[in-house]
Amino acid sequence: MRLKHVFDGLILIALALAPYYLSAFNLSLLGRFLALAILSLGLVLVWGWGGILSLGQGIFFGLGAYVLAMHMTMVSLGPGELPDFMMWSGLDHVPAWWSVFHSPVLTLACVVLLPMAAAAILGWLMFHRRVGGVYFALITQALALAFSTLLISEQAYTGGFNGLTNFTTILGYSVDGPDFGRGLYWVTLGFLALSFILCQWLRRTNFGKVLVAIRDGENRVRFLGYNAMAYKTVAFAAGGAMAGIAGALYMLHLGDISPAMVGVIPSIEMVVAVAVGGRESLTGVILGTLLVNFGKDWISNAMPQLWLFVMGALFVLVVTGMRGGLASLPQIFFRLLHWRHKRVAGAHAASAIEAGNPAPTVEEEAGAQKAV
Amino acid sequence: MWHLPIIAGQVFNGFSVASILLLTALGLALSFGQMNVINMAHGEMLMSGGYLSYLACKFVHGPAAFPCALLTAFAGATILGALLEVSVIRWLYGRPLDTLLATWGISLIMQQGARSIFGAIGVEVVAPHWMDESINITHGWFAGLSLPFIRIFIILLAVAVLAGLALFIARTRWGQWLRAVHQDRDMAGALGINTKRVDLIVFALGSGVAGLAGAALALISPVTPTVGQSYIVYAFLVVIVGGLGSLLGTTLAACLVGLFSAGAQMFTSVSFSDVLLLVMVVVLIQFRPRGLVATRSRALKEA
Amino acid sequence: MKQPSNGAAHLRLKAAGAVATILSLAFCAAASTPVLAQNGSVKVGVLQSLSGTMAISEVAVKDATMLAIDQINASGGVMGRKIVPVVEDGASDPAIFAQKAQELIQQDNVVTVFGGWTSASRKAMLPVFQRFQSLLWYPVQFEGNECSPDIMYSGAQPNQQILPALQWAMEKGEKRIFLLGSDYVFPRTANYILKKYIVHDGGTVAGEEYVPLGGTDFSSVIAKIKISHPQIIFNTLNGDSNVSFFKQMAAAGMTPDKMPVMSFSIAEQEAHAMGPSLVQGSYAAWNYFQSLQNPLNKKFVAAFKAEYGGNSVLDDPMIHGYEDVYLWAAAARKAGSFDPMKVRTAAIEMGWQDSPMGKVEFANNQSLYQTAYVGQLEPDGQFKILWQSNGPIRPNPYDPLAFPGRSCPAK
Repeated sequence: MRLKHVFDGLILIALALAPYYLSAFNLSLLGRFLALAILSLGLVLVWGWGGILSLGQGIFFGLGAYVLAMHMTMVSLGPGELPDFMMWSGLDHVPAWWSVFHSPVLTLACVVLLPMAAAAILGWLMFHRRVGGVYFALITQALALAFSTLLISEQAYTGGFNGLTNFTTILGYSVDGPDFGRGLYWVTLGFLALSFILCQWLRRTNFGKVLVAIRDGENRVRFLGYNAMAYKTVAFAAGGAMAGIAGALYMLHLGDISPAMVGVIPSIEMVVAVAVGGRESLTGVILGTLLVNFGKDWISNAMPQLWLFVMGALFVLVVTGMRGGLASLPQIFFRLLHWRHKRVAGAHAASAIEAGNPAPTVEEEAGAQKAV
Repeated sequence: MWHLPIIAGQVFNGFSVASILLLTALGLALSFGQMNVINMAHGEMLMSGGYLSYLACKFVHGPAAFPCALLTAFAGATILGALLEVSVIRWLYGRPLDTLLATWGISLIMQQGARSIFGAIGVEVVAPHWMDESINITHGWFAGLSLPFIRIFIILLAVAVLAGLALFIARTRWGQWLRAVHQDRDMAGALGINTKRVDLIVFALGSGVAGLAGAALALISPVTPTVGQSYIVYAFLVVIVGGLGSLLGTTLAACLVGLFSAGAQMFTSVSFSDVLLLVMVVVLIQFRPRGLVATRSRALKEA
Repeated sequence: MKQPSNGAAHLRLKAAGAVATILSLAFCAAASTPVLAQNGSVKVGVLQSLSGTMAISEVAVKDATMLAIDQINASGGVMGRKIVPVVEDGASDPAIFAQKAQELIQQDNVVTVFGGWTSASRKAMLPVFQRFQSLLWYPVQFEGNECSPDIMYSGAQPNQQILPALQWAMEKGEKRIFLLGSDYVFPRTANYILKKYIVHDGGTVAGEEYVPLGGTDFSSVIAKIKISHPQIIFNTLNGDSNVSFFKQMAAAGMTPDKMPVMSFSIAEQEAHAMGPSLVQGSYAAWNYFQSLQNPLNKKFVAAFKAEYGGNSVLDDPMIHGYEDVYLWAAAARKAGSFDPMKVRTAAIEMGWQDSPMGKVEFANNQSLYQTAYVGQLEPDGQFKILWQSNGPIRPNPYDPLAFPGRSCPAK
């Protein structure tokens, strides 16, 4: 078990030293994608372990990003000034619910709490009526659409289609400063590492075990006396909070947030990255997020007409052929080796590979075959 | 502003929007109820229907052009649906969330395919001339009301398809099998019904109906690679509101959504009425978590 | 975690993960060594959407920009240096525009970038150009209210397109105006300014409606138009929504000859793609029409058709994308340098330039003096020019009536 931590540590060190061997541009890309990886970790918790597929993570991502962007917009204003979009939409003063975000403390608290509260409320509304599975996925998708439509149409308060941009400072640091990119990268990595450790710890607690059990057989867990709704709501709220943090960091890397980054399609792309990485593996989804996003950047550079084909095909292949995602690659590989050595024992393993299932753990077998 | 003809006009508009939604959602509702499959590429079936009717109108001229376009759209989308079922969906039964993601990949591919073949800008189907007219009421309570033939045609098409499907399900051998599989898949299989083939038929038929929706939509707006995407979220809402796999529920839900939009749009902007609609659905789910017309069952199902 | 075999598999996964991460990071490190510009050439960025929903419009602008680069290279380049374009795809996504802009500046070391179409893409790129003190040449009409020192705005300001159109409509006696647009920043801001002027000039706003981008259902909007009896519709709908709108208007018996429509986002490209018969007879206001009769324009049209085929059509954003390269080259020659800040200063100071759209000059707010034209769409997809402004109009990012007391910050 200790060796495993060594590998995690190695990855962390390699990432922490990235500013010394990556160009500034690639570093900013990496930082941006690591911010998205925080959201992916949240999806592992919600989807991989909790079995709740949310196609609306963009909402929470957007809430976090917009809250911080509002703060930075307020800070960049001179006395008596209005943000440009308020002016051209005919407002003559900054509304009160905007100006409270002048406070950095309140802002930082809201970056986490607002998406978390939104997720908790939405989760409660759905789960207490036992709306789950496909229904939940489709409703969150519709809400992601509603969220981006609302952001676009309320231009006077949200900057509309253009979103919020043109910031100067964050907590006293100039965003144009030479060391800003590097510092922000480490902050992002720090948050990622923290989320990683937190998730890993959660998985080992009773909470994590019950959550996985709910995924595998909600009714059985309910009949055992657990309040499944509460577990799911808490997991969803935690995923929402992580998405909010990811959104705020992503916005800082990009220097801009707009409805195009929070709607239906980005929300699905977030899930894609998690599916590719392997929805149950924390390390897997971080790698998956990096791979999908760097791949998208690279393929869209090399062949702009083709990248959607490649993305689509990759997606179909991963979901149909390789349920465990990237994270199951080494497993499949080692199982094949194993199969060569021991043909008899291998028959069982091969059938598991064909089904694309990772090796069943004790808990999972005790659950049901009915995993979604 | 609130005269009778205007209200009547909006009700009419509501039904015409509902008709397109109904045609789009029928296939989704069928395959959802039957196989618990969520097909995100269903919008692309609508898109293919639009492009196929565009192609048909390019090669066939004269009065036969439009019926021919409808037929092509239906047949083409049916075949595409069957291909999709055999190549991908079949392998994912019992994993609804995975089908959702895999078909999303398919929809990306189909959209980009359409973009490569037809270009990013929309193509259009010119409606036959008799559809350019409208019924104009000049006397009586409804004076000033004008009902374009195109929209009347779309409403009639939806009614015809609905009636056809209802008859198919209630009166034919295939319909009987379909109902049997819907009620109890294992038992139906045990009685010798080829459930796989029934699934294939349902899925293909649903896609074909979406193709018809695409052809109808092409009469009033351009066919673009993303046209399916702009309808699919609303079609899913209709399915959710209507309830699993119920023709009646889907029809009611489509009318509700269409009329709600048309009504709300008179009071507020189009964008905001979309937001209201989505909020309304979330509220509705609080009261009817299984949709307007839920199949009653004592089974403890985990959807 | 109790099964040892599972733990071991986990371990191997981690090992593979670590190796993969380190390898990919090393790959990035290797790939990121900056490529130095060769002597005898100068690199510029061309950043437009080559994929996604905006591709149809932006590819045409890219073509026009590339034509200008080829022409300048054929006549010896700029100060003896050949222009090497680095073309990137913005993929119709503002975040990608920002990302690629940064890549062009940091990675490819371009001296300037030509590109952008939507306001959202420009807003997303703005912080990047600001941070790296580079220069963006933006070719499309927009809503004003912005004068970043790092952007050259060659597209029309509101007072060079929409206000002249209003003046023309008012002169014709069409004073009851319905405002219809897609729901994004340009239509909302344009209509905000228009409303101020309509009231100021004694007209009436019959109604104001917005439809989500890409929206296709206009039944309610048309019902509202019918109720409010406007004399003319000012249309800022974007892209395909226009086709749905005109089709459904026609179905409701309101063709452009019965209900005049003035469109601000339908140029020759869009009319050509929609099929001119649908929009025939409707009006448009731009700073350039392909049908302009002047020798430079004839040369430009001929050169473009020779390069991209006889069926290609030209329009306002394309001419701006084309002219931007010439203006940049002229400014660089005057400055004797490719340094973005020196080029910017030279561009403002270099005075009047001849162009296919008439005489143009950069004002000190980095926008272009240009002439406004109103045209009516003919059956062949070309515009018949009905009206033109009294000489080039001074660009005004902050309209004095709509935004009193605001102006570009002094530099």
